[in-house]
Amino acid sequence: MWLIRAFEESVSELVGTGEVVGLVHVSIGQEASAVGVCDVLEARDRVYSGHRAHGHVLARGADPTAVMAELMGKATGLCGGKGGSMHLVDVTHGVLGATGVVGGTIPLALGTALALRETAPGAVAVVFFGDGAVQTGYFHECLNMAALWKAPVLLVCENNGYAEFTPRSAHTPVERVTRHAETYGIDARTVDGNDVVAVREAAAALVAPLRGGGGPALLECLTYRMRGHYEGDPARYREASELAEWKAKDPVRRCASAAVERGELSADDAAACEAAARRAVAAAVAAARSAPFPPPSALTEDVGG
Amino acid sequence: MADTTYIGAINDALASAMRRDPAVRIVGEDVAEGGPFGATKGLAAEFGERVRDTPISESSIMGIGAGMALAGLRPVVEIMFIDFITLALDQLANQAAKARYMSGGQLRCPLVVRTSVGAGTRSGAQHSQSLEAWLLHVPGLSVVMPATAADAGGLLLSALRADDPVVVVENKELYFRKEPRVDLAPVPIGAAAVRRPGRDVTCVATSRTVHEALAAADELARDGTEVEVIDPRTLHPLDLDTIVGSVRRTHRCVVAHEAVRQGGFGAEVAALVQEHAFDALDAPVARLGAPYAPVPVSPPLEDAYLVRAPAIAAAVRSLVA
Repeated sequence: MWLIRAFEESVSELVGTGEVVGLVHVSIGQEASAVGVCDVLEARDRVYSGHRAHGHVLARGADPTAVMAELMGKATGLCGGKGGSMHLVDVTHGVLGATGVVGGTIPLALGTALALRETAPGAVAVVFFGDGAVQTGYFHECLNMAALWKAPVLLVCENNGYAEFTPRSAHTPVERVTRHAETYGIDARTVDGNDVVAVREAAAALVAPLRGGGGPALLECLTYRMRGHYEGDPARYREASELAEWKAKDPVRRCASAAVERGELSADDAAACEAAARRAVAAAVAAARSAPFPPPSALTEDVGG
Repeated sequence: MADTTYIGAINDALASAMRRDPAVRIVGEDVAEGGPFGATKGLAAEFGERVRDTPISESSIMGIGAGMALAGLRPVVEIMFIDFITLALDQLANQAAKARYMSGGQLRCPLVVRTSVGAGTRSGAQHSQSLEAWLLHVPGLSVVMPATAADAGGLLLSALRADDPVVVVENKELYFRKEPRVDLAPVPIGAAAVRRPGRDVTCVATSRTVHEALAAADELARDGTEVEVIDPRTLHPLDLDTIVGSVRRTHRCVVAHEAVRQGGFGAEVAALVQEHAFDALDAPVARLGAPYAPVPVSPPLEDAYLVRAPAIAAAVRSLVA
């Protein structure tokens, strides 16, 4: 979790300097859902994300240097610099897509789940999306079809209470995403999305039946993004008190302090963990910074068609 | 030899591909029942759940197909009428078409989409359009448009061996047109067919309009004007060499299709011809297509909407006059 936090804090700074390019959405404050869910996944599983994807890709084991280089548009990036922040793909680590179109990876994950059921029985497809995506047609169409076909797909909604600039209450009268799952008889849980242990336990409980031929399942992680919708968004649409309240529930610090309290980790080790993450990110930034941009010939390579 | 039909060739190609390649799947509305035209008739009985009936959820159906393709299958997604592809363009244009590029070549999305265009059935403006030009504007998609049964089956077979997404744009007015049966064989994507050789005027026509062009050419031949009819078969990647080579011999070119003229495939061909053979042209490229109007239901209006042989013949005559 510290790696994701340190990485995205660095990304935020590098957006400011112009080194990280384009529209960038960080998940600072939402790291527990990425880490808790990905921790129960196996190499054979396949993952999709949305536009706030850095944490999911890193939690799957992607090389931070390659992710940072991708965000800078460098040739050594995960996708050769051609995908960018919203389109991170790392096939080696089972990440098949992320999307700038809200909700757009939900049907992809369902299709992949149907394929996996036949080609890699026991494997699951997972898709991360925000509460904004719950209001798309994709979500509702795919909930129906996933339930109809008992597809081994885990739908993970990171419910941070805001779709872009607008609070949930202005977009839907349905407060809990899991309510939609009930309609289709889908196994669903709502958890404290800032508690990585709770997320992990819920994800493990939901994924196990999927591996045995059941499905689908929905996990709603109640969380909060501590930054604006995108880097540069001053987030004037929310109260300072709300942010302060959630900062007190910071999932990364909370995880570390809980481990120390339980005696699983010394305070020194916890501090060392953060320091190691920051060193790794600093090294990733340095390497990405010195990497070359793609050659002009890359412009029309891998177009297909 | 027994006759075959365009829809029969599609059915044969699907069955053949499914027998040959266990990765092939069919996904769409009513496909287990064979669909409204019988394209998938009998396939569910032979291939079981590899033929997946879906609810009426075009947006997600396209995405499910793309998600299967990204995971190594070869799905054929059926969008019954191209009018409904409007609902599925996000997944086609934003996901399937771009997956390879955006991933820096990590991904392949061998998705095949079958859909149909075609007016003339009095079915109105939402079941009759020819929207293929939209697809040409999205890098990453191959677009094929068969005019014959042999090409309908053969291009579909090739699409099912491609690495990237291919949209097969069929014409429902051709579905039951009888042709002498030929052995089912892959037709290469990106290769035009010269349907009739001619020395005087090149006519580039697509889909059903190919047959209108051939009828016009028959009529014109009686007056001594020989029209070379070229069927591109694939709109992207386009076999430009065949078209330009022909124009360099005939020095005149007519482009004809069923789609709305404005912003149509014909505009692209006309532009390419003047870019590559301006010095050979004795007259401006003539473009025929539907008027700038939705497809009407009223029989005389719809009949006037379509490009038929007399309009093509008139355009050719104006070029050689």
